[in-house]
Amino acid sequence: MIGAYPSVVVRVTAAIVAPFIFLFGMYIIIHGHYGPGGGFAGGVFAAVGVVLPRLTLDDTVSYKIFPAAVGPIAGACGLIIFLATGIAPMFFGGSFLDYGALENAFMDAARARYLGILVVEIGVGVTVFGAMVMIFDMLAGKEPA
Amino acid sequence: MNHLAILPLLFLLSGAILAVLAGTLNKNAPQVVAITATASALIASMLGLRTVTQNGPISYELGGWPPPIGIEYTLDTLSAFMLVIVTFIGMLIAIYPARIAFDHVVRRNVPVYPLTLLLLAGLTGVMSSGDLFHLFVFLEIFAIATYGLVALGGDRGVFASFRYLLFGTIGSGLYLLGVGFLYFSTGTLNMADMAQILPEMAGSTTILGALGLITTGLGLKMALFPLHIWLPDAHSFSPPGVAALLAAVQVKAGAYALLRILFDVFGPAYTGSAGLPVAQLLAWFGMAGIVYGSVLATRQSDVKRLLAYSTVAQLGYIGVGIGMGSRLALIGAVLHVLNHALMKSALFLVAGGIIQRTGLKEIARFAGLGKRMVPTMSGFAIAALSMVGIPPLAGFWSKFYLIWAAVDENNWAVALVIVSSSMITLVYFLRMFETIFVRDASEAIVANAKIASPTVIGTVWALCTAIIVVGIANVAIVRNFVGPIADSLIG
Amino acid sequence: MIDLFLDRYIYLFVLTLLAIGLYAVLAKTDLMKKLIGLTIFSTATFLFFIEGSLKEDGTVPIIDSRGSDPTLYVDPVPHLLILTAIVVGVGILGVGLALLVRIYRAHGTFDEGIIVSHMNDEDPHGVPHYPGGHP
Repeated sequence: MIGAYPSVVVRVTAAIVAPFIFLFGMYIIIHGHYGPGGGFAGGVFAAVGVVLPRLTLDDTVSYKIFPAAVGPIAGACGLIIFLATGIAPMFFGGSFLDYGALENAFMDAARARYLGILVVEIGVGVTVFGAMVMIFDMLAGKEPA
Repeated sequence: MNHLAILPLLFLLSGAILAVLAGTLNKNAPQVVAITATASALIASMLGLRTVTQNGPISYELGGWPPPIGIEYTLDTLSAFMLVIVTFIGMLIAIYPARIAFDHVVRRNVPVYPLTLLLLAGLTGVMSSGDLFHLFVFLEIFAIATYGLVALGGDRGVFASFRYLLFGTIGSGLYLLGVGFLYFSTGTLNMADMAQILPEMAGSTTILGALGLITTGLGLKMALFPLHIWLPDAHSFSPPGVAALLAAVQVKAGAYALLRILFDVFGPAYTGSAGLPVAQLLAWFGMAGIVYGSVLATRQSDVKRLLAYSTVAQLGYIGVGIGMGSRLALIGAVLHVLNHALMKSALFLVAGGIIQRTGLKEIARFAGLGKRMVPTMSGFAIAALSMVGIPPLAGFWSKFYLIWAAVDENNWAVALVIVSSSMITLVYFLRMFETIFVRDASEAIVANAKIASPTVIGTVWALCTAIIVVGIANVAIVRNFVGPIADSLIG
Repeated sequence: MIDLFLDRYIYLFVLTLLAIGLYAVLAKTDLMKKLIGLTIFSTATFLFFIEGSLKEDGTVPIIDSRGSDPTLYVDPVPHLLILTAIVVGVGILGVGLALLVRIYRAHGTFDEGIIVSHMNDEDPHGVPHYPGGHP
């Protein structure tokens, strides 16, 4: 399932296109503010950028840049970002996920909500990315050494 | 505002993440994290129960957006009561040794404690939710965690988990369709808001269709007869700790959601004779489930499978209680949720203790265990007597309230079914008593068995003490907690 | 009658997909086909939600130069519900596929009847055969 695909065209195309897919995924996560997108779809695209080299290129290439441990670690980090952003307002008198309570000298309530939603979407995107890579590694990937 | 509505959920969710990270450092750390997280969640839910019984329901807005725009968490007596049960059983499973609870030695690198904490977090989310879609999301979180945990039970466990996945997802899909019908008719997803809008639309076929879909979907999750097919396999082929957790809390999530939606959202305008005869159907299917579960349990020779069929029967009691719908019947149903959680998890944990010391699963080979593993088996005796319904143990009271409710309405069929199923339960437990306590050991491994390890005995006896206390203090419990729950559901 | 059909044809598609999905889960004996049927069933519910959010002459629910009158945009709430439900469905598909990989490695086939007869023959855990086969 993984490993070098026999055709040269596929290998070269995948090697060129994969980083752009990953970049496009990150773009979708952040663009979710203004247009269709958001954490879920962006995370899936970013994961495709990592899974495509695993499918088509040689074993060592993708696993050197994104080792098999990336899946669980990214998933855990994303959830920690989400929970931290959610719990922080509780210390300032608001409820869970109430970013408006985080207002201070630098940002008023609307700006705090804006930034809070952005951080939460990035957290969700990282978690979905980690989950998708983890699903691929579990089902079809190289056994961890 | 009062953060108690969301604290149990946050403790369990953060505990799950910390358990994942701690697992990379030290092999035993996840269990410690799990015990801490469930213990703090238990303290938070007990404080919540005390606050709610004194001051009335708490409503908590997520993100500062007021309902019905925002998502609302409500904590009232029923939710707080069930949260205490769930976190208590969760804490005991976290204390139980990992080796038997999850067949842990066989599998490396499986994150069992994070999965258990996610399961409990999903349940807490279901219990505190005040919004129909939020209930769906957390029901799915909890279900995915259970699919993973049941699959730990070896070859047969994986197949049972797959079947459970198919049925459970269809149930959720039907529930989601019903929520869609409701949203497009009323324009809101908030439960309290919908309860005010729905009575004006009585007789609308869309709403009746939604009622049917939601009841079927939740019935699949709750394993109400005849949608219980996945339950015996899933419970008997999963490891003992997982089976204890599932039998105690998994099906209760579906029962809680059904109670909440039928009584709080839809109300008597729809569930009575004017709308679909949902209550009648629940009562009849509940009775069929009681008979089916009890009769099939007598034929089983494997102890976990017997307990699984017994669970089908006990869920029939809860279904009958919900179906009858009177104050006494609801007291019986809610009390039975508490009692069944305590009794069934005690029985499954005893089965785990037996497997730990002897590796045996068939009842016929348990002969003579009563003399060797005395503390574990006396705990088994108490839990089994409570399941049959011997006063003053806890199990007697819930059956008493259900029979009283049935006689009150001249519903002799229900009373007869409950009494006869108690007789059948007596039959199969007496058979087990005779094998365990009276006969002499027939296997060498039984004759040399040592008593179970301290954590096993400790958790089993914690549950048995709870059974005894709930039985003796039952009038006080009903007056302070369960009675107000039934009143708030009907009124 | 024709008017009813032309107005509400989407619901016929939803019903057809629901029926196909449910039939696949219940009647097919191949486990992979059951899982695919489950996915079709979930997709039908998503289609139902998206269809219900439509308004006449409505557009994507992102405020642009048209103004902030809510009748100009379709209802965004079902879109949010479906985003979440799709992710949940993907999670369930992942778990289901992992279980199927495990089953295939153990039994070598996806056919339910063969797998059940394997498990009944193996006699695991020292438990005797249930009378009448798999209950």
